Amino acid sequence: MTRTIEFRDALREAMSEEMRRDKRVFLMGEEAAEYQGAYKVSRGMLDEFGPQRVIDTPISETGFAGLSVGAAMAGLRPIIEFMSWSFSLVAADQILNNAPKMLYMSGGQFPTPIVFRGNNGAGGQLGSTHSWCVESLYSNVPGLKMAVPFDAYDAKGLLKTAIRDDNPVFFLESERLLGVKGEVPEDEYLIPLGVATTRRPGGDCTIVSFGRPLYFCLEAAGVLADEGIECEVIDARTIRPLDIDTIAESVRRTNYCVVVDQSWPFASVGAEVAAQVGEVCFDDLDNHVIRVHNENVPAPYAYNLEQEMLPNARKIVEAVRAITYNA
Amino acid sequence: MPTMATDRVTEPTSLAAKLPDETLRKWLRDMLLIREFEVRSMQAYQNKKIGGFLHVYIGQEAVAVGTIAALKDDDPLITAYRDHGHALARGTEARYCMAEMMGRIGGCAKGKGGSMHMFDRERKMFGGHGIVGAQCPVGTGLAFATKYEDEVINSGRSRRVTLCYLGDGALNQGAFHEAMNLAGVLDLPIIFICENNGYSMGTAIARGTTMAEDLTAKALAYGFDSASLDGMDLMAVYDGIKPVVEQCRETSRPAFVEIRTYRYKGHSMSDPRKYRTKDEEQRYEAMDPIERFSKYLKAKRGFTPEANEAMIKDVRKEIREAIKWAEASPEPAPDELFTDCYTDKWGIYRGTSPPTMYDP
Repeated sequence: MTRTIEFRDALREAMSEEMRRDKRVFLMGEEAAEYQGAYKVSRGMLDEFGPQRVIDTPISETGFAGLSVGAAMAGLRPIIEFMSWSFSLVAADQILNNAPKMLYMSGGQFPTPIVFRGNNGAGGQLGSTHSWCVESLYSNVPGLKMAVPFDAYDAKGLLKTAIRDDNPVFFLESERLLGVKGEVPEDEYLIPLGVATTRRPGGDCTIVSFGRPLYFCLEAAGVLADEGIECEVIDARTIRPLDIDTIAESVRRTNYCVVVDQSWPFASVGAEVAAQVGEVCFDDLDNHVIRVHNENVPAPYAYNLEQEMLPNARKIVEAVRAITYNA
Repeated sequence: MPTMATDRVTEPTSLAAKLPDETLRKWLRDMLLIREFEVRSMQAYQNKKIGGFLHVYIGQEAVAVGTIAALKDDDPLITAYRDHGHALARGTEARYCMAEMMGRIGGCAKGKGGSMHMFDRERKMFGGHGIVGAQCPVGTGLAFATKYEDEVINSGRSRRVTLCYLGDGALNQGAFHEAMNLAGVLDLPIIFICENNGYSMGTAIARGTTMAEDLTAKALAYGFDSASLDGMDLMAVYDGIKPVVEQCRETSRPAFVEIRTYRYKGHSMSDPRKYRTKDEEQRYEAMDPIERFSKYLKAKRGFTPEANEAMIKDVRKEIREAIKWAEASPEPAPDELFTDCYTDKWGIYRGTSPPTMYDP
């Protein structure tokens, strides 16, 4: 039995179920409790769990991100909500220098089972400081895992797994997707980290992406289908670990690969996936791997410029044509 | 600048003075152990048996010993990178700390942390941290967790106190201020202990910190109770910190304690100390906390010079054996490079295993 719920409800169900299951799990963030969540993700949770388990923080990212590191070392399982991943930069030392390294530096004594979650990506004319896509910046660091859910179903399954994972997991949501509805089972389910899935099968070109840009990829696949090019759209689901096997299996069949990544192109996840595909599928590729990213500029405010900045469907269609012309 | 303290015997009102001989002798031995450990570490470093950074605690022994003496075994503690004294005072055996600095598998972090990262889970010693001030928010998390466990999971009342040590340099970091504010807002049972040795590396405190002459002003800004203690006097440290610890335990309110101390050596091994005068150093060396406490025990507790000598010999033997043990401990196997990055096995990563110091 499934029901239709919003992406934000799926996130809340995941957190609430895990908090009922394990008293060590708590949620902390700006406006997470009394305001019912800045984006209404945690609506109702304060009523159910009380102020000791759903905790409002002052605007103090270094403070509460660091608090979560200590709390995790001492045996609790924090969920830290960043109102936007843009604000996580303030806490960079705690989330990059402390959380992912504590187990290693302590010689195996102190795991840090924390989920850091929040909105990631350009959110509709929010300007350059509020439009960060941190996947490329942070996925570089060993010791953390990173998940990017596509829809309500994935949001719930991946978040439950992330909360149960004993390592720090960076959970990248999207403000643009929070209201998107999807079919979510009533019964409990978990989606493992590190397993990609096919969003649209096809035999002519593989498009790999994660998160919101998948919607642009599916749009592009629709346009290309009218031209007789059937794209296979692969949702990586997690960046770290990256399921290169599923991606490679697809590229071996289609012989072409486009990677779509909503962060900036230089030293990006897109570049990483392209490099790995190149290494693993060299003999199967009929053209170089091509990447579609945000344009290499800060996010502008003006609507038309921001839309042009994104890895939109038009650019994805152009990229597929640019490499498959020799098929 | 820490002010010159006068010799004093505080017997009538001193809490420490009411403790048994055995306890006070252990304190002296702990300070001697730390001093000997640090002296030998410096030698090992000069002989290239220890690499990287080495920040020794010589001169500051009374701070760790005096404050940790005021704690219960399940009270968490966390500090920065000048952490050998805290680890040893808490009870981690010297050989595991030495092996850690020598990069051996027998080290308390399997040789993967080094001098700045002494950890001991069973003794609630949460490190050993390299970035100045970064331990402060982590400390609030330790306090948060004890309170959460006691109150939410066990439906009782908050009964544990966290000690979070920082240097005077950390007073200028944003992380310290955020930690203080969070502790105040969330009623966390944490005491921030500022080991004020007057210098952040080569910068005298007055050059870098507002209100350097009265650091309790930092506590005032956050509404905390505060104290300022003479860190060159072990009994003054204990007498001053014990009531603060008990009040924190009772009220679950944070506090800030400045302990004025002095490091006899440089910031780390490569520091020629040109920013201090020989005169100043000699003045503080005359206040050596170990000498002073030893004098007190001889005067008031029947501690004979022979017993003192025997204790020193015993400490030296312990450290000698610790060094021997550490040098005999193998380097970590190449596989260790890929362990403890994640708790689980995937890709190149090989899962996690604890250090051998907990093996029976």
